[in-house]
Amino acid sequence: MTASATVAPSRSTTTRKRKSSGVRASSLSAGLASWLIGIIFFIPVAWMVLTSFHSESDAGTNPPKFGAPLTLDGYREFFGSGTGQSPWPALINSATASVVSTLLVLGLSIPAAYALSIKPVRKWTDVMFFFLSTKLLPPVAGLLPLYLFAQNVGLLDNIWLLVVLYTSMNLPIAVWMMRSFLVEIPPAILEAAAIDGAGLINIMRKIIAPIALPGIAATALICFIFSWNEMLFARVLTGVLAETGPVFLTSFVTSQGLFLAKVCAAATAVSLPVLIAGFAAQDKLVQGLSLGAVK
Amino acid sequence: MTTTAATSVTAPTSKVPTGHSARSQWKRRAPLLPALIFLIIVTQLPFVATLVISFMRWNALDPNNKGFAGIDNYRTVFTDPTLRSSVITTVVLTVTVVLVSLAIGFAVALLLNQSFIGRGIVRTMMIAPFLIVPVAAALLFKHGIYNPTYGLLNGSITSLWDLFGAKNPPQPDWIDSHPKIMVEAELIWQWTPFMMLILLAGLQSRDGEIMEAALVDGANPWQMFRNITLPHMRQYLELGGLLGSIFIVQNFDSVFTITSGGLGTANLPYTIYQTFFSAHDYGLASAQGVVVVAGSIVIATFALRVVSSLFVEEEAGR
Repeated sequence: MTASATVAPSRSTTTRKRKSSGVRASSLSAGLASWLIGIIFFIPVAWMVLTSFHSESDAGTNPPKFGAPLTLDGYREFFGSGTGQSPWPALINSATASVVSTLLVLGLSIPAAYALSIKPVRKWTDVMFFFLSTKLLPPVAGLLPLYLFAQNVGLLDNIWLLVVLYTSMNLPIAVWMMRSFLVEIPPAILEAAAIDGAGLINIMRKIIAPIALPGIAATALICFIFSWNEMLFARVLTGVLAETGPVFLTSFVTSQGLFLAKVCAAATAVSLPVLIAGFAAQDKLVQGLSLGAVK
Repeated sequence: MTTTAATSVTAPTSKVPTGHSARSQWKRRAPLLPALIFLIIVTQLPFVATLVISFMRWNALDPNNKGFAGIDNYRTVFTDPTLRSSVITTVVLTVTVVLVSLAIGFAVALLLNQSFIGRGIVRTMMIAPFLIVPVAAALLFKHGIYNPTYGLLNGSITSLWDLFGAKNPPQPDWIDSHPKIMVEAELIWQWTPFMMLILLAGLQSRDGEIMEAALVDGANPWQMFRNITLPHMRQYLELGGLLGSIFIVQNFDSVFTITSGGLGTANLPYTIYQTFFSAHDYGLASAQGVVVVAGSIVIATFALRVVSSLFVEEEAGR
């Protein structure tokens, strides 16, 4: 298994040419093993999506009927055709909290990252580690004071409270990521532009923005995912009006007879934005998850 | 509270030239201030409030009996057996999930680091579990996989028994008989992709020249793995382990969804949530929170060290 693993990095063509037939054989078994593990990990996802398109009676069989006829009933049920309980308000709340907080995060983190990379402040590393350290503490420990504060100022069950909290939750990640993108900009270009008399706004627009744009997009997608996924704060701080998608999902925690197709439809529908954002940001995913420490 | 964790890290020396005027320093600081002030207000003030409340006698169900309690709440935290068991549960849950997903993640990363047909597809399939909303994933496992009557596990057992014409397939109640393992299995499923991604990035950052030199010198694959790959991967394994620990110590969604904290699976976040949300004991919940923060600072200090070593290396290489 390790035989050809150590021949990497596979990017260099010289090493690839040098591969012996023995390495190729172990590559084949590595390929088979990878496929096997990949499929095992993917089965629950495939099962979720497949079951979401089955009728309740087909979804509840034992042994499972993989080839049962497909139907949209599970989705119709989830979107409230039977109960009249629509998830749309919750999904719209989720979208509001995720999108607005992501925009706020970008607005705060881009200038901050600028002051930590291109024109760094003194002791900028200390500032970086302060940002990081706020991310390492369990948010549950600050939940009670936030609840009491929200109760006192009448912000309970208000989506804008979640917007603020999600902004603070993602800001450290975004600062670390944005900085790692901005330091890639060669200082020589910036100096040349400054000598040519370009103002700060022009430098931002014409030089920094084009280079940093893919990084900004990746940062935004990752912040979106984290906000969309969040459940504990949303559950404690919202009620009827401001509940989010994950909070709506908690109504499926206790079993309600034959409802597996509906649960799977709900899980698929709520996860869909994250799946899309995650695959769009696939190449930068690891950088975001490791707070910019790994590229 | 967090500053203690931050200052204990040996920060790389600043590259900023000294001797700027105070005014130009403030001009440099200006873009940083909104983010910094916002973060201090929203994340640090609540912790200070938690610390204060932890020394108070305060139960929302008994609002008149509110006052200074000294260290009573802390005494309860350290003597209450249910709390002690939730500390143990948290440690066991975190260590198990982190170690197992690191091990599987490393194996998959080594496999994915080679070229084979459909590598991109396998990588995508491996990432998918991490991109399911955590509550949705926990629901899927609870109802779709572990359920004794229509879950995929028992369904597959029935299919297998039918295939061989056997009668009376075993149909265990997975969650009832092994609650902790089932929560851990679901979390391992979600977190292995995370470990895999970090470790794969680590493998791809190995120095190709050193690898080739070793090959030319006739090093065998095991020697290369042992002497080049493992030392290089150490910091990535540490980083994955520490970041994973931080996220999994905080896990609430899986415990809440799969077992609702029952059957001995209540971890610290769930217990704090219960103390605050169901028992309404604000003082005790805060003391629990402070204890969790203290524990997290220990992990965080190590995590910051690892991140800063990677960070310094990167800055030096620039």
